[in-house]
Amino acid sequence: MIAALGKYAGAVLWSYAASIALILALVGLSLWRAAKVRRALQAVENRQARDE
Amino acid sequence: MSLWEYANPKKFMQASGLVLPWVTGLATLLLIIGLIWGFFFTPEAVNFGSSVKIIYLHVPAALMAINAWLMMLVASLIWLVRRHHVSALAARAAAPVGVTMTLIALVTGAIWGQPMWGTWWAWDPRLTSFLILFLFYLGYIALWQAIEDPDTAADLTSILCLVGSVFAILSRYAVNFWNQGLHQGASLSLDKETNVADVYYLPLLVCIAGFVLLFLSLVLLRTRTEIRARRLQALLARERAA
Repeated sequence: MIAALGKYAGAVLWSYAASIALILALVGLSLWRAAKVRRALQAVENRQARDE
Repeated sequence: MSLWEYANPKKFMQASGLVLPWVTGLATLLLIIGLIWGFFFTPEAVNFGSSVKIIYLHVPAALMAINAWLMMLVASLIWLVRRHHVSALAARAAAPVGVTMTLIALVTGAIWGQPMWGTWWAWDPRLTSFLILFLFYLGYIALWQAIEDPDTAADLTSILCLVGSVFAILSRYAVNFWNQGLHQGASLSLDKETNVADVYYLPLLVCIAGFVLLFLSLVLLRTRTEIRARRLQALLARERAA
């Protein structure tokens, strides 16, 4: 099926590769930051609960 | 029950926690179906050859680039008028998603333009207004980062958002306003004459639905993170004060 792309194969494949890479990077960074902030908040909440 | 109840961070966290997995799952499903359908199961176009397959990324991304800014505009207005923190944080959360959509639209447009127009870039009204919108996104994100006081940051970024909305609307209607340049008119229209053929239209609708839900899913996730980050800052400030 990729062979059916003909002379525009490069343009089509690069478009898909670049877009999917950008979306995955955005999703990955969003999940990474979400996990990091959630862990940090949990640690502070636990610490403050212990101290009170 | 009023919509304003969700301006309460606790209520927003509860509701978004329930909705998020469903929106994310549906977004993933629609994107997989739409992109596979568009890439593997649509024919070449008479005038564009197989490059027509780029439409399944370019059009939804361009649509969401503009709509993300408009969503930020609504959230910013809510902040300016009613001072709901969740709306300011939602606007902040949407900006990186919007900038990525704008970048996808610009990159796929350039890759498509090279073989079709013989150039990667032209100072065409729509392309130029999209580039300005991209720069507005970067400025908006930088402004949030640059100002320490969150309320001042929300105020100033909201004003920037109002100004940038001119370019968001301009990038949507640039082709109609100037009626010149390389970029063609809208691919989707209620007018059957100007709409893309049905064989491309249906997978395109699926991809657009996928991008809309992806945007929603990421904005919910990122708003939740911003709310947690705000609470974390408040708790740390209380610790320091004690």
